[in-house]
This record gives sequence, C-alpha cells and structure tokens, in this order.
Amino acid sequence: MTSLPEPSAIKLGLVIDLDICVGCQACVVNCKEWNTSGYGAPLSDENAYGANPSGAWLNRVHAFEAGEGETAKTVHFPKSCLHCEEAPCVTVCPTGASFKRAEDGIVLVNEDWCIGCGLCAWSCPYGAREMDPAEGVMKKCTLCVDRIYNENLPEEDQVPACVRTCPTNARHFGDLGDPDSEVSLLVAARGGYDLMPEQGTRPVNKYLPPRPRRAVEDAPMSLVAMADAETPKGFWKWVDSTLEKLG
Amino acid sequence: MRPAFSIIFFTTSSGLGLGLAAWIVLGLMDFSSASQVVMTAIITLGLIGAGLLSSTFHLGHPERAWRALSQWRSSWLSREGVLAVAVMAGLTGWFAHVFLGGTPPIWTNFLLVALLVATVYATSMIYASLKTVARWHHPLTPVCYLMFAAAGGLLGVLWLLAITGQAVSEALLQATLLLLASAWGVKLVWWRLAGSAGSGSSVASATGLGSFGEVRSLMPPHTSENYLQHEMGFVVARRHAAKLRVIALGLGAALPLLLVGLLPASGAVMGVALASHVAGVMVERWLFFAEAKHVVSLYYGAAH
Repeated sequence: MTSLPEPSAIKLGLVIDLDICVGCQACVVNCKEWNTSGYGAPLSDENAYGANPSGAWLNRVHAFEAGEGETAKTVHFPKSCLHCEEAPCVTVCPTGASFKRAEDGIVLVNEDWCIGCGLCAWSCPYGAREMDPAEGVMKKCTLCVDRIYNENLPEEDQVPACVRTCPTNARHFGDLGDPDSEVSLLVAARGGYDLMPEQGTRPVNKYLPPRPRRAVEDAPMSLVAMADAETPKGFWKWVDSTLEKLG
Repeated sequence: MRPAFSIIFFTTSSGLGLGLAAWIVLGLMDFSSASQVVMTAIITLGLIGAGLLSSTFHLGHPERAWRALSQWRSSWLSREGVLAVAVMAGLTGWFAHVFLGGTPPIWTNFLLVALLVATVYATSMIYASLKTVARWHHPLTPVCYLMFAAAGGLLGVLWLLAITGQAVSEALLQATLLLLASAWGVKLVWWRLAGSAGSGSSVASATGLGSFGEVRSLMPPHTSENYLQHEMGFVVARRHAAKLRVIALGLGAALPLLLVGLLPASGAVMGVALASHVAGVMVERWLFFAEAKHVVSLYYGAAH
C-alpha cells in the first residue's frame, strides 16, 4: 500500500552532526559495502574502472562553503534518505513497491514489485533515491533494517552501517519519536533542524548545525604576520646582509 | 528534467487520441459505412494504445507494469493507468456498438467523455502533483494538457471529415481555430507564469547553513555524473528555449491555423495541419521536461 500509514510512535532515524563530520566518506563506503552484499539486488556500478564511473549509492557526502572571509565555513554534508513522515516518494508510487513501515516509520522499496518508473526519485526533494543501473529497480537507504533488528550481530553492530563506521561519531541512530531518547535530547540541545522544511515532507532525520566559530581576536597571530614582524639579529643578521650584497 | 522520448511520445500520442475520441463520442462524425467505423476506431485506439505502450518503454521492469493499476488511492500515475484501461475498454465497446449499427445511449457517451477528460487530467497530474518541480506544480499545467488534447482532437476530426469527404460546418471550423489559438494562448501564459514560479526552496534551506552567509557547493559527492544529475540536471534545452518555443508555436499553432483557414476540405492539407500540430506539441512537451528544474539541483550548485 502506498498510502501513508498513521504516524507511528516509534520514528527511527539518523541525527547527523555537521560540526563533527570531516568528509572522510567512510560512511559512504560502508553503506555501499553492506547494502551491496545483503538483501535484494547488489548496488551495481557502471564503468567502475573507467574514466567516468557511475553507480547506485544510498548515501553521499557533499561539501559546501558558507559565508565569506575569516568566518567562512567548509561543511561536509552527508545526505541519505530522511525517512520523511509525509514521504512523497511513497504516495506517488503506482505499484505499492514504495512503502513506509507502520511500526517504525522506515521507508522501504519492495524490489520485487518495483517497475522502475523513477517517479519516486522525481518526487523526492533530497535526491535520496537512485535507480540501480543494472537491475532497473529503485534503491534507497533502508536504515539498515537488516542490521538494526538482527540479533545474530553483536549488540554494538545493531546500528546502521554508516553510524557504526563513522570514525568521528558524527552520525547517531535512534528513536526520534521518543522525546527522551539520546538522539532527541541531542536534537533539543543542539538545535537540530529539518532540510527543506518548506517542501512539507516532515523528515525524521535531523541535522545538527556547525557550532559558531570562536571570535577572531582569540586566535594566535597569523604566521604571515609573524614572519613579516621578525627582524634578524646576530649571525642571521650577518647572513641576511651578506646575501643582500651578493644579489 | 531529462526528456525521455518514450514519455514525450506517450503524452502527445495518447493526448491526441483521447481528445479525438471525445469529439467522436460527442457525435462530430457521421459514419456512412462500417469500414469508416473500423478505420476511425483503429486510428483513435491506435493513438491512445501506442502512447500507453510507449510509456512502458522507459520502465526498468515493463513486465511488471500491470502492478501500476493497484495504487489508485494515492498515486496519479496509477490513476492514469486505471482510467486509460477503462477508456480503452469503453471505447472499444462504443465502436463495436456503432459498427453493429446501434446508437449508443446518451448516458454512455457522457460517461465516456468524462472518462476521457479524467484520463488526460490524470496524465497531467502525474507532473503537476510534484512539488519538487516548481514549473510543473502549477494550476495551469492540467489546463494546458486538456486544451492540447481538445484542440489536437478537433483538428483530427477535421482531417477525418476531409478524408471521408464529409462536409465541415462553418461553426466547426471556427471552433477549431478558436480552440487551437486558445490552447497555445494558455501555453504562452503557462510559459510566463509557471516558468517563473519558484520552488520556495534555496540552497540555504536545503542545507540549513544560511545563517553562516551565502552557501556555495564546494565539492560534489562523486567524481562523475550520477543518476540524479543525469535524470534531473538536463540543461541542453534551457540554452535554446526561446528558439524552441518559436518552433513549437510555428509548427503547432501558426501553420495549422493557416491551413485550417485556407483549405479545410482537403484531406492532404488537413493531414499536414495535423502532423504539423503534433510536431509542435512534441517540441512543447520536450521543453516541458527539458526546461523543468528539480529542487535537488540545489545540492549540486544550482543558484535557485
């Protein structure tokens, strides 16, 4: 059924800390590795060793610059499915392949029903869905549904692959429907926000903003200024003046 | 948005066939022989059917297309599929009834016309319902599709009347000229209004980083074009949009209007007028896709 279910009490999702992410792409690689070797069709690549490789990925890390001059920021920006509460990708699906789980809010694709029309990808403002070039079905983040409930894995591995692998702890997984969960407290404390709230999708995933930069006066003197300020003394003064005469 | 030829052909061919069917069901043609009924049925159902068949060519799994009839409660694409199947069945029955010498009851005619209008509307809503493409998400988008179906269909009726040697009334000629001119008139307004419609989103709202100042894309998340850019980042037509609009207007409006005005009784001339109109609508449909910008391009360096 591609009608949306009643909002679930449990809303599983990710909280991504833009202050911490260093853009190492480890989450991207581990996502691809886990999701290409588990359920469903592998995430295929085309021309993988050629000049213009392409393929289906469920998680990608952009980089943005914001602001100008000394206060400008470089922000590494991971982006995957936000498991929206008003997921347009679910309601546009003509076959019932795209669905949102009533029990925990995870948005999934039934690959056996998907006709590969691509309309769900058109309806998603975030670019969270990519057509598999070999299989002709739509691929998307499953929130590692085959890890988080998998009791065959050690407890510390029962989180999405991207969260497990992040070396800087910039990605957090939990229940955003529970106001007392760790992720909800993090969102409340850091002012976590939605991407494109004006699109009316009500994403479950939240982003934590980069912390404000320290005032410039606190920073040490710049190296260029230190170099310019220095006047050589003693032996170095002799070297300096001798070289000056030579040239 | 990438203009897939199968989809352009689908909306053009099916739209024309559905419009033509509506006018025929409303009684604009007198069938003098059973062979005329068969010919008209083949042309009408052929146009609709060829369009529908073409629309399955861009699917990753065409063999599963029947599943698309299941989600009519939420999906405009599914509604379009259900309505199109109903229309094909209803029209086949209608033509069979006429072929056997019967006169279909008036209520079936009204029901069929309502289904035909609903099918064209559903086609347009596949695109108009997408909030992510501001240009499509406009109240005039369905109006454009309905007007082009009606105008093209009436031009098709003129052609059928001419090749079967039936007389064309002055009122029908004037209605065709008026409908053709107003369809393209609405399209001109759409180009102006929908073309400048904003998505309400910006790179600042897409990233949430607006409070730090102007946000710029520094690095894409991959080394070469990905599915999203291939599918939604098409730019060729935007460079030549003005020229293509003139071509669309010339082929779709100017030439057919001239020919209908001059030689409406000639089958060959009406055939040229219809073909020219179809070519114009195909250019218009190509622009409909190619000029459309998707909000996801904000993540890939688009300014707005």
